[in-house]
Amino acid sequence: MKPNILKVRDLTKHFGNVTSVDGVSFDIFRGEVLGLLGANGAGKTTAINMVLGIVTPTGGRIEVFGKELMANRIEVLRQMNFCSTYTQLPGNLRIWQNLKVFGQIYRVPNLNSRIDEVLEMLEISHLKKRVSGELSAGEGTRLNLCKALLNRPRLLLLDEPTASLDPDIADKVRGVVKRIRDEEGTTILYTSHNMRDVEEVCDRVVFMHKGKVLFTGTSEETLHHFEEESLEEVFIRVARGGDIESNRETEEATK
Amino acid sequence: MSFPTVRALVLRYLYLYTRTPVRIVELVFWPLVHLLVWGYLTRFLQQNVGDDFPHEITFLIGAVILWDILFRAQQGVAIFFLEDVWSRNLLNIFAAPVTNADYLGSTYAVGMMRASVTSVMLGGLSVLFYSFNIFQLSWALIPFVFNLLIFGWALGMISTALIVRWGPAAETLAWAVPFFIQPFAAVYYPVDYLPTVLQWIAKALPCSYVFEGMRGILTDGVVNWKELGIATILNFCYLGLAGLLFVRVMLKGREKGLLTKFASQ
Repeated sequence: MKPNILKVRDLTKHFGNVTSVDGVSFDIFRGEVLGLLGANGAGKTTAINMVLGIVTPTGGRIEVFGKELMANRIEVLRQMNFCSTYTQLPGNLRIWQNLKVFGQIYRVPNLNSRIDEVLEMLEISHLKKRVSGELSAGEGTRLNLCKALLNRPRLLLLDEPTASLDPDIADKVRGVVKRIRDEEGTTILYTSHNMRDVEEVCDRVVFMHKGKVLFTGTSEETLHHFEEESLEEVFIRVARGGDIESNRETEEATK
Repeated sequence: MSFPTVRALVLRYLYLYTRTPVRIVELVFWPLVHLLVWGYLTRFLQQNVGDDFPHEITFLIGAVILWDILFRAQQGVAIFFLEDVWSRNLLNIFAAPVTNADYLGSTYAVGMMRASVTSVMLGGLSVLFYSFNIFQLSWALIPFVFNLLIFGWALGMISTALIVRWGPAAETLAWAVPFFIQPFAAVYYPVDYLPTVLQWIAKALPCSYVFEGMRGILTDGVVNWKELGIATILNFCYLGLAGLLFVRVMLKGREKGLLTKFASQ
């Protein structure tokens, strides 16, 4: 059995009276791409922010590389990275300057050649000297991905990485995700509202609804469980709250 | 504190300045305006109020230069944080292997650089325009600058903590906080001229000892080392308390998701 890279147990987050994440548990094993799925407000981004240590959990436990996250935050974060559609790199800096700063923060060896490598991987080498604020949305997302890949992370968190991309670039990004998983054995936690992404890239999925995990399994297992023909249909059904209680009972039985 | 991380964060700030020259104007413009206004006011008072007017009126120019050291050090910390908010880069930084100490260390360094740039410029111009040489403060200049930098950093941490606590709407505090204390800091007038209650506030502010000390040297040529010692002790108390406040607010910020709210503004 492959080693457990990320272990989340009974993760809970309350913001005042609002429960954003409610007793969530899941694992990711080495070299696996796990899709964290759910409608807006399902708790995915809050869960990711807790795994990054930006939000402190109200309860539960997060272990990364076998170590408790908050007690070993800096050591763990040095081997992780993330890319979110909700963040940008400073728009006044040139692309190479932004990557140089983050490369130094993550202590990337042979930084200059690594910068060239990731720019080539994301096909934006020609933009190296451009000012980041002048990039299109798609180019900006690819720059964020370059930052996320700089330190060859053992665990990579991708929060809707294809959200603002056209189908061609989105396809290339999915290709990069598969490539780093296959060639570098990177473990990836992937959120997306694009079910095509999920079907193509993810080995397993975790469906969340109102802060809880409804189902965990491969795409096939998910389709079988929900008796639907596509993940898109499962997503819509979950988003609309269909059969949630019975699914929860099924999951309890599975445990 | 990790030196490579601090260096990387400072590098980002230096890139920002080389990429946007208008920010250098901000470093130069306001201090220069203050120097010109207070410098010519000093010259006017010296020439028109009569022989009874004290020679040490030149302390107004010294006060402009020293106040700017405190202000730039405070700005270095507070604006550093806001730069990340404005560029939606905050999560990239706080989700990276950066400790509070690394972050604060880099803001201190940036504050020191900002203060150095403006104080060298103002020092040179005050000799040129008004024949006022800040180096007449001699060796006392070192503890003066040291104390103002530390107090500026403490105020910067307090400003940042308040901005994190109250959100982006409170970002004007980054500029306002030093001016909250300026009336009691004895920058342009002696502490004795304040009402008794306000004198107590002034005595609780380390920078008031620096400005009083500067006037003492220009008037009597005497350095009051005891008062500078009090200022230094007070400063370390403020720095410690401001650091605790910053760390506490960051912990609360993580608990309440305040940092992620900044990112989604």
